Amino acid sequence: MTLDIRTIAPSELHEEMLRLKTERQMDFLVNLVGMDWGEEGLGVIYMLESTRTGETATLKTVTADRENPFIPTVSDLWQIANIYEREVYDFFGIKFLNHPDMRRIFLREDWVGYPLRKDDKTEEENPLRMTDEPLADTTHEYFLKEDGSVGVKENTVWGKDEYVVNVGPQHPSTHGVLHMRASLDGEIVKKVGLVLGYIHRGVEKISESMTYPQLLAMTDRLDYFSAMQNRHALCMCIEKAMGLEVSERVQYIRTIMDELQRIASHLIYYACMTMDTGALTAFFYTFREREQLMKIFEDNFGGRLIMNYNTIGGVMYDILPSFVKEVKEFEKALRNRFKEYQDIYTNNVIAKGRMVGVGTISNEDAISLGLTGPVGRASGWKNDVRKRHPYAMYDKVDFTEIVRNEGDTNARHWNRMDEMLESLNIIDQLIDNIPAGEFQAKRKPIIKLPEGCFYQAVEASRGELGVFIESKGDKTPYRVHYRSSSLPLANAMDTASRGQKFADLIAIGASMDFVIPDIDR
Amino acid sequence: MFDFSIVTKWFHSLLCGVMPEWTAIGIECLIVLLFIIVLYAILAIVLIYMERKVCAFFQCRIGPNRVGKWGLLQVFADVLKMLTKEIIKMRQSDRLLHDMAPYFVLAASFLTFACIPWNKGLEILDFNVGAFFFIAVSGIGVVGILLAGWASHSKYPIIGAMRSGAQLISYELSIGMTMLTVIMLCGTMQLSEIVQQQADYGWNIVRGHVPAVLAFIIYLIAGNAECNRGPFDLPEAESELTAGYHTEYSGMGFGFFYLAEYLNLFICSAMAATIFLGGWAPLMIPGLDGFNAVMAYIPGFVWFFAKAFFVVFLLMWIRWTFPRLRIDQLLSLEWKYLLPISMFNIILMALVVCLGLTL
Repeated sequence: MTLDIRTIAPSELHEEMLRLKTERQMDFLVNLVGMDWGEEGLGVIYMLESTRTGETATLKTVTADRENPFIPTVSDLWQIANIYEREVYDFFGIKFLNHPDMRRIFLREDWVGYPLRKDDKTEEENPLRMTDEPLADTTHEYFLKEDGSVGVKENTVWGKDEYVVNVGPQHPSTHGVLHMRASLDGEIVKKVGLVLGYIHRGVEKISESMTYPQLLAMTDRLDYFSAMQNRHALCMCIEKAMGLEVSERVQYIRTIMDELQRIASHLIYYACMTMDTGALTAFFYTFREREQLMKIFEDNFGGRLIMNYNTIGGVMYDILPSFVKEVKEFEKALRNRFKEYQDIYTNNVIAKGRMVGVGTISNEDAISLGLTGPVGRASGWKNDVRKRHPYAMYDKVDFTEIVRNEGDTNARHWNRMDEMLESLNIIDQLIDNIPAGEFQAKRKPIIKLPEGCFYQAVEASRGELGVFIESKGDKTPYRVHYRSSSLPLANAMDTASRGQKFADLIAIGASMDFVIPDIDR
Repeated sequence: MFDFSIVTKWFHSLLCGVMPEWTAIGIECLIVLLFIIVLYAILAIVLIYMERKVCAFFQCRIGPNRVGKWGLLQVFADVLKMLTKEIIKMRQSDRLLHDMAPYFVLAASFLTFACIPWNKGLEILDFNVGAFFFIAVSGIGVVGILLAGWASHSKYPIIGAMRSGAQLISYELSIGMTMLTVIMLCGTMQLSEIVQQQADYGWNIVRGHVPAVLAFIIYLIAGNAECNRGPFDLPEAESELTAGYHTEYSGMGFGFFYLAEYLNLFICSAMAATIFLGGWAPLMIPGLDGFNAVMAYIPGFVWFFAKAFFVVFLLMWIRWTFPRLRIDQLLSLEWKYLLPISMFNIILMALVVCLGLTL
């Protein structure tokens, strides 16, 4: 089940991409992976999907020049490519022609080398720097001159007269160390820019020197509110590559755990949303229910934030006999409290004023920006991976995909509220019929994946989380890439916040519900 | 009702017997000053403790319970912490204005605090334009907040200060209008006289019925905004501005803002109690003589504090329930709704008074 990848020369790339986008309606750029194939050169893998026909396509392009690798940009076709290409530039040094903003995004601007290249001497060239991190107000763009050589021009990001306020990296409502630079005109936001990487741990680089079972430790630390789903994705990807079948009991347990995790995540979302709009009391209410859920997790496998539950071929421990009863109790409690949440916050006239019509994202923008999950579904885009590419038990349970068309903060908020109820419905259908069976399939102690590229996506709490693995047949992967669900959401802040008030910037950020370790990886 | 002026007059004559009058007045002023400062400090401690406990109970928490029995010493521990904190001096700030700003806020708070009639005959600043004086001195606080934001030379404080300036100036209009409504009802600006009338003829909120209730509600909303408390805490909206105008203050500089904020809450509530709920006047129900006699035994200042803290509780309830407004919503609430309604309310009150429809 390796990915079917078509190779295209860089010179024909843009034309072919344009053709795919217009003729075959590939309007969703799922993933963009930078690659270092050593002798073969540097390259990029593009994964495309059509939101109309559901068709997928995977392409790759390679340039042999390691000194000055140039590949044409596709950021004019898909807005999300803008930030993906900056990531690739940052880690592989591939320069994208005609990309308007070729700055580093995760690493310091004075960083030397490109750490995800196989021959990079990261630690030798980058001793601990004792100076402040430079933050340039200008950027550069590479373009092809008429004679075929490459020229550079300077673009201005932040003008001299702009009133730029730094929101973060230490700020109460960026939910972590996100650094947004907002240009203000009085109270009105004119532009938002991201400075990322404050907690970048190089998960993808570390993964390259780890065996497959060791990889599992990383995923829980990406989006810690989707720990279950992240690890589910990685386990499924490895299982798919190995051709390992897991028992039905495991499928049931994994599905139930995924949905419980989604509820826990949306409860946190509600808490953060209320706090960011100043309703501090409502903040504590969902923590009460979440605590009940955390207790179930803790009893069953000892984890509350870092779950360590899924393993390759199964789960770590079997569920306790009391699990079913406790989940039912939790379900009852949550359904009872649900109205209370809406009474104290969502239906409040002030909260409505802060949410309705604020931060609207159009359907086209949502697709172009790759906003999966509840955010994209608030803009009328049916993007639920559970429906698009069903996995685990999702093709056997009956559930509706929550979609709204307004695209504003209110729609995003309500989408998450309704998703909690929908998750309860899914659990309802499964909880009584968990079949008997093994909770861990038998497998060899050393896992080697066959040669090839593998991709598996799940619907994490914040949208599509994809795991891309390229294997050369060893017991360690050649390249691992995570399609972050939060990076597109953070990237959409600029589109959603322009022209809104400064206070709305925070409310919109809360409604996007990004998790920083997932952005930074 | 016991008249405290008997005590104060006796004390004055006692002092005048042994020293010239100017020394006597000087000593009395010092005693009053001491009284204000001590009461100010005690009220701040009570209010901070109360806020913590009330908000904890609203939020399904226990609140402070480690320092002392029921966490009673928590506030003292916090004050101690604040006093021992380093005062950070910033290179870019305007030092003089930066250091001065908290005192403006504190001065406004003290001056308004002195206007409140605590009991019959127990007023500190009491003259025939008392209500006018109250509104005037409460405006000094805006200067302090604007200065704090400006002198900090930092982006968050200046946005906070500008918001605060817009907010306080707008909502002062509503406060003035609602107080004017009561003044029309009572025919005097002297606060002690307003309370005395309520003791004689019934509380204003009953006596003025519809327009008075309307004015009371508007006063509570505007008063809440004047105190910079949720849902109107935009100047220091911590989710976007970290701490607003006092972001760059540390130690006691911040402590003064904090103190003034809580006292402003009390002053706002006390003024609501004074002009609407009868101040120190006891609850009297016509016809129930036995009940009224018992009520009259309760000292006036107990009545006053009970009413003031009732309003404080109302304001805390509001703060810990509602989300925060946005700046444009805040201003449109004032200019498009509250101000027109309170203007209409004044006309209504004028009609009620002229036609003798008061209860």
